[in-house]
Amino acid sequence: MRYLCAVYIDPGLFQAMTPSEAERLDDEAMALDRDLERSGHLILAEALQSPRTAVTLRRRDGRLSMTEGPFAETHEHLGGFLYIEARDLNEAIDIASRSPLTRVGAVEVRPTFDVMQTVRDRPPRDG
Amino acid sequence: MADDDVDIAGRLDTLYRTESGRVLATLIRLLGDFDLAEEALQEAFAAAAAQWPRDGEPANARAWLVSTGRFRAIDQLRRRARFDAALGELAARLNDRVDDLRTQDAQSVEDDQLRLIFTCCHPVLPPDAQVAMALRTICGLTTEEIARAFLTSVPTIAQRIVRAKARIRAERIPYEVPSGEALPARLEIVLNVVSLVFTEGYAASSGGAMVRQDLSDEAIRMGRLLVKLLPDPEALGLLALMLFGDARRHARVSPTGDLVLLADQDRSRWDQARIGEASRTLARAVASGTVGPFMLQAAIAEAHTTVATADTTDWDRIVGLYDLLLDLDASPVVALNRAVAVAMRDGPSVGLALIDGILDQGELRDYHLARSAQADLLRQSGRTEEARVAYQVALELTHQDPERRFLERRLRDLGSGPDDLT
Repeated sequence: MRYLCAVYIDPGLFQAMTPSEAERLDDEAMALDRDLERSGHLILAEALQSPRTAVTLRRRDGRLSMTEGPFAETHEHLGGFLYIEARDLNEAIDIASRSPLTRVGAVEVRPTFDVMQTVRDRPPRDG
Repeated sequence: MADDDVDIAGRLDTLYRTESGRVLATLIRLLGDFDLAEEALQEAFAAAAAQWPRDGEPANARAWLVSTGRFRAIDQLRRRARFDAALGELAARLNDRVDDLRTQDAQSVEDDQLRLIFTCCHPVLPPDAQVAMALRTICGLTTEEIARAFLTSVPTIAQRIVRAKARIRAERIPYEVPSGEALPARLEIVLNVVSLVFTEGYAASSGGAMVRQDLSDEAIRMGRLLVKLLPDPEALGLLALMLFGDARRHARVSPTGDLVLLADQDRSRWDQARIGEASRTLARAVASGTVGPFMLQAAIAEAHTTVATADTTDWDRIVGLYDLLLDLDASPVVALNRAVAVAMRDGPSVGLALIDGILDQGELRDYHLARSAQADLLRQSGRTEEARVAYQVALELTHQDPERRFLERRLRDLGSGPDDLT
C-alpha cells in the first residue's frame, strides 16, 4: 500500500525555532529520507515552497478563475510530504512518527487509491 | 540477469510470506522492541533484494535475515544517535549482547514465536488490542486485513496497535511464556486469537483467494504448539475445530475459485486423515469432562463432517449444540448460525424470523454473511423480490471475490430483474 504523509506546518512553532534548531530539523528530515530510501519505503519526499507562491484554480459554470495565495501564513499549511510504500497503515504510522516535522506541526497519514490499477481494471467506455 | 532477478524477487515474496513472522519474532526478542524489530525486518528484506541477485541466496536464509536485520538495526540506531544520544547507548547495549544466532535451531524459533504470542496476549492489553497485535505480529496480517476481519475501521485498528506497542514498552512486558498458575488464564485469550487467525485464513476477508492456506496452516501450527505446551480441553477443542474445517478445504472452492456450499461439496475430496485426527483430538477434549465454546463448535463441525451425505445431517443435534453454545457465548454471530441450523430443521420461514430479530438488534446489520443468509432463506421461501434486494445488500458488503461471484450467481439465478448489467 502507498501512503501520503502530509506535513502541516504550524507557523508559530516553525518560526520560533532558533537557527541551530532549524538546521537540526533539516538534518534529521534528510537523514530520515535517506533511511527510507535505503529500506525501500520512500517513493518521493518534497518540501513545498511558501503558500504565498501558490496559485489556486477553480472552474465554475465553465469559467476558469484563478487566485493567488493565500498570503497570510498564520494558519497551519501544507509544508511538504513523504510519499511512501508501506506494508500497512501501522508501518506508515511508524515511519511518519520518526519524522522530526511532527515537532513543528502535524503529519497526516493517509492511504492513497491505486488509481492506475483502477484505470487498468476498468476499460474506457465507448461513446 | 533479468531471469535471476525475477527468481529472487519471487523467492523473496515467498520467504516474506513464510518466514517473516518467525524472523520478526526472533528480532523482537533480540532487539527488545516491536518497532525497531519491524524496521529491522524490512531492512533485512531490502538488503536481501539488493545482495542475493549478486551473491546468491545464503544457505540458511532465515538466519541470514535475522543477523542482517539485527546488524542493520544497530547500524541505524548508531546513525540516529547523532540526534538522540540514548539511541547510541541502546545500540552499544544490543551490540554487546552476545546472542546465540549460530545455534538458532527449529526449537528456539518455535520458542520465540510462542513467547511472542503470550506477549501480544498479555493481560495489560485490552482484548481487542491483543488480537490485533497477534494477528499483525505473529501472522503477518496487515492493519487493513485485520480491520476487515473485525468489521472495524483501519485507523481504529492502527491506533489499537500503536497504543499496545507503547504499553508493552512502557510496562516493560517481558518476552516469555508464563508459567504455573498464570498459564491457564493467559491461554484463554491466546486460543481466541488463534481461532480468529484460522477464520481469517479459512475465509479470507478480502482479495481473490477464498482459502488463504498459509494463515490456516499458521493457526493450526500455533494450535498444535499450544496443545503440546498445555493439553487444555479448550486448546484441544480449538485444534479439532480447525482440523475439521481444514479437512474440507479442497472441496470448499471449485477449480475456478468459486465458493461451494457445504451441502454441494464433493465429500470424497474431504481429507479423511484430517477428519480422523480431528475426531481423536475432540475425543481427548471431551474425555476431560468439561465443556467449552471451542469444544462445542468442534462437535458441531464433527456433526457436519462425519455424515455420508448432506441430507442425512442431524440438524436436531446441531441445533441442540448451538443452544448449549449460545448459553456460553451469547454473541449475535452464534445466534445467526443457530438460526440457519433451525431453518434447516424447521423450514426457511422459522429461520427467517430468527434472522430478522438478529438484524433488528443492529450489530450484524452490515455483516455480509447475515445478509446473504437472509437472502437465501427469502429465496427458498419464494420471496424473490425481497431476496434480490437482500443479495444486493450482501454484495455491497462483501470484499471477497469468490463470495461476490457466488452472490452474483444467485442474483442471476433469480431471473432477470430491473437491473441491466450488460
